[in-house]
Amino acid sequence: MTPLIETRNLNVRFGGVHATRDVNFSLAEAELRCVIGPNGAGKSTFFKLLTGQVKPTSGQILFRGKDISNMQPHEPGRLGIGIKTQVPSLFNGLSVWENVWLSARRTNSTEQADRITRETLERVGMLALRDATTGLLAHGMRQWVEIGVVIAADPPLILLDEPAAGMSDAEVARTAELILEINRRHALVVVEHDMNFIRMIAKKVTVLHQGAVIMEDTPDRIMRDPLIQQIYLGKKPH
Amino acid sequence: MNRFAKSWMSAALCLAIGTAMLFGLPSVMDDYTLIQVTIYAVMSILGVSLGFIWGFGGILCFGQAAFFGLGSYTYAIAVMNMGDSTVPFALAILVPALFAAVIGYVIFYGRLSDVYMGVITLTVTLILFNLINSTAGPEWRIGSAPLGGFNGIPGIPTLNVPGRPDDVLSPKDLFDVTFVCLLMVYLGLRVLISSKIGRVIIAAKENEQRVLLLGYDARAYKLFCFTLGGAIAGLAGCLFANWGAFTSPTIFGLAQSAQIIIWVIVGGLGTLVGPIVGCALIQWLTTAIGTQQTFNSNLVLGAILLLFVLLVPRGIVPSLGSAGEWLLRKLRRPAAAISPAASTAALPPTEQAT
Amino acid sequence: MDLAVIVVIQVLYAVASLVIISAGLAVIFGMMKVINLAHGEFMMLGAYSVIGAIKLGINLWVAMLLVAPVAVGLIGVVLERLIIRRLYGRMVDTMLATWGLSLLLVGIVTSIAGNTTAGVSAPLGSFSVGAYSVSGYTLVIIAVAVVLALAIRWVLLRTPWGLIARGTMQKPDMANALGISPSRVYSVTFAVGAALSGLAGGLLAPLTGVVPTMGAAFVAKAFITVIGGGPAILAGLVGASALFGAINQLATFVTTPVFGEVALLVAAIVMLRLLPQGITGRFFKGSL
Repeated sequence: MTPLIETRNLNVRFGGVHATRDVNFSLAEAELRCVIGPNGAGKSTFFKLLTGQVKPTSGQILFRGKDISNMQPHEPGRLGIGIKTQVPSLFNGLSVWENVWLSARRTNSTEQADRITRETLERVGMLALRDATTGLLAHGMRQWVEIGVVIAADPPLILLDEPAAGMSDAEVARTAELILEINRRHALVVVEHDMNFIRMIAKKVTVLHQGAVIMEDTPDRIMRDPLIQQIYLGKKPH
Repeated sequence: MNRFAKSWMSAALCLAIGTAMLFGLPSVMDDYTLIQVTIYAVMSILGVSLGFIWGFGGILCFGQAAFFGLGSYTYAIAVMNMGDSTVPFALAILVPALFAAVIGYVIFYGRLSDVYMGVITLTVTLILFNLINSTAGPEWRIGSAPLGGFNGIPGIPTLNVPGRPDDVLSPKDLFDVTFVCLLMVYLGLRVLISSKIGRVIIAAKENEQRVLLLGYDARAYKLFCFTLGGAIAGLAGCLFANWGAFTSPTIFGLAQSAQIIIWVIVGGLGTLVGPIVGCALIQWLTTAIGTQQTFNSNLVLGAILLLFVLLVPRGIVPSLGSAGEWLLRKLRRPAAAISPAASTAALPPTEQAT
Repeated sequence: MDLAVIVVIQVLYAVASLVIISAGLAVIFGMMKVINLAHGEFMMLGAYSVIGAIKLGINLWVAMLLVAPVAVGLIGVVLERLIIRRLYGRMVDTMLATWGLSLLLVGIVTSIAGNTTAGVSAPLGSFSVGAYSVSGYTLVIIAVAVVLALAIRWVLLRTPWGLIARGTMQKPDMANALGISPSRVYSVTFAVGAALSGLAGGLLAPLTGVVPTMGAAFVAKAFITVIGGGPAILAGLVGASALFGAINQLATFVTTPVFGEVALLVAAIVMLRLLPQGITGRFFKGSL
């Protein structure tokens, strides 16, 4: 089975920083993977590589077998890769409805886009606030709006960079539910720090450290691994 | 207010007022005053062209006058060579549009930032000014049209009814044509703004990164926006050449570009009506100043621009809108405390989420 | 051979002119990221202060090298306090406000001094190189440009003030933490930039007619040079001036002065398309 997205010996260097080192990553259709790693591990850079915001220094990125290593910034969205960025990237001056609508409208007619927008807003629980100015919403809600924006375009691959950041426990649980529901028909890669959250959603976790993949396994085995504990949590194994 | 401004009701209102003026003004004004109003309308079209690309597309062009000038010169040269004005009219729109497309390609596909947009459009205006200004000798002509250098081109034939070169427009006809053009430009842009293309253009101004991530090629949308702005400015240039039967290189000058920017700022960036109001106001002011000796027009315009940027950055139309809305709220709930959102002038009022 | 000497002198002169007229803007834009569209008018004020000083009997050299920069520097302090300070971080608004300021200054000077062209004759006659003659003032301009570039380098690198200024521009908060008031630094920097513009205007007074609208001819060139130069103030200034000045002058030799100007402008557009960050965005990175 061709992986949905695959990187081969992916490297990127800028300034003197080797931000991504020989990363070999593979994700199947409708698979859910979490990516963790301490700050500076290269997680966001990895996402930027997948979405064409950063060009690789060497190596390849393949989407359904097709080489997409040197894309224009608007092409990943066209191909079917959606991303919720670490700092929410939304149209702050526009309403919640318009944000999602613009995403839906690219590949749908106006009537379909209207319908999809309504359904998406219901899914993420933001329909009641459809006319709110996005920039004025609380952080947790903006994350949900952004998730809505991403799923409205129905991309096969969805990248979520810290979707649970800044959320209360109840909101985190709701987000986990949402992600699992999305996972029924979409592949997801989720970058997160909150291990409890990760346990709620992931079967397989990739650990990045200083730009390289150092381990890929289930959340439990990763949590128990002494090396991971030392690197990530700064604890000596005991 | 924001919702009203965006709705079809405000468009209908403006069109109604405009149509009333189209039919009403000629009956209350003599030919001379009508001619004055015509130039306001011509310049308003120019103002709207910048107001559109800047307020909706986020493109601050320091050289919108370049397209204006190209439109007027293209019309002048073409009509003096062709006799009938139909093709020249079309060329006056297409040539500036093409020019804008080329410049736009260099800037948007080269991923240059706002600052560079300002510098490059300024530079292009200067190039055109320098070039045309130096074409004074009789050897400088295109076909039977002398370029005239700093003297300009006098005696430009007026628009005629298509196919009938001797049936030229009278001043009242020119008023009608100009006003109709203004209304059509306004209507056309309102329709565009509420269409998918328009929404993407506005979104790209808000957050270009997100527009790209959604799969829209923002460069193409900006190019379209900028080219359309150039075309509209060219139309205004053509009408300007008709209005005075004259054009000259000062039209390419920085002063002209500065004026357009001032109209938009004073009238209100982010609206289509704002530039029209700003233009009419400033044009009237400039004429009024010109008739007296105490204050130099540069001085007054400079002071106005400065004061507006510092004190009334949103311009007249949005500020009036906000003031009106504030007043309405006070009248509806005189006893209740005004919520903090209403007094925040910077953001459009909306339902507050916690 | 004589022709070669003349060409070299003229090219150096074109480069030197660009350095001089752009220095003030380079300081203000490079250090503060403020786009001062009134730059040409600061030059104009410098030129007029030379004219005024001469009328008061002051020696031409003192007027150009002392009175002009000091006068415009002081005006710069006032304007920074009143206007520029309120718009930091708002680049577009600064552009617009300074554009308004430029119109205002032209208007005020026109009201006071009228529209007629005043003049100052160029000092130091001319001397001949073979069959050609060169104005002595040309060499003065070249010399001043060299001194100016060296002086800027010295101030930025070797004086405490230069270090403070560079540090503050990079990190205003740190400056605060060190007990230095960023607003004082901005104020002085803007004044210095204004003074340099005034100096340029004073130096150019003998070469162009002094008229309230004279600034317009210089603004665009200065801008293009500064932005083409890139983030490194001095290296960018010198590099871009060298490139554009040479192109301008050589094109003028081959065709006409008008086309020389056009060539400069076109070169700028091409260069910016290739190097959007300016020359020192790609080469000589990290230099002063």
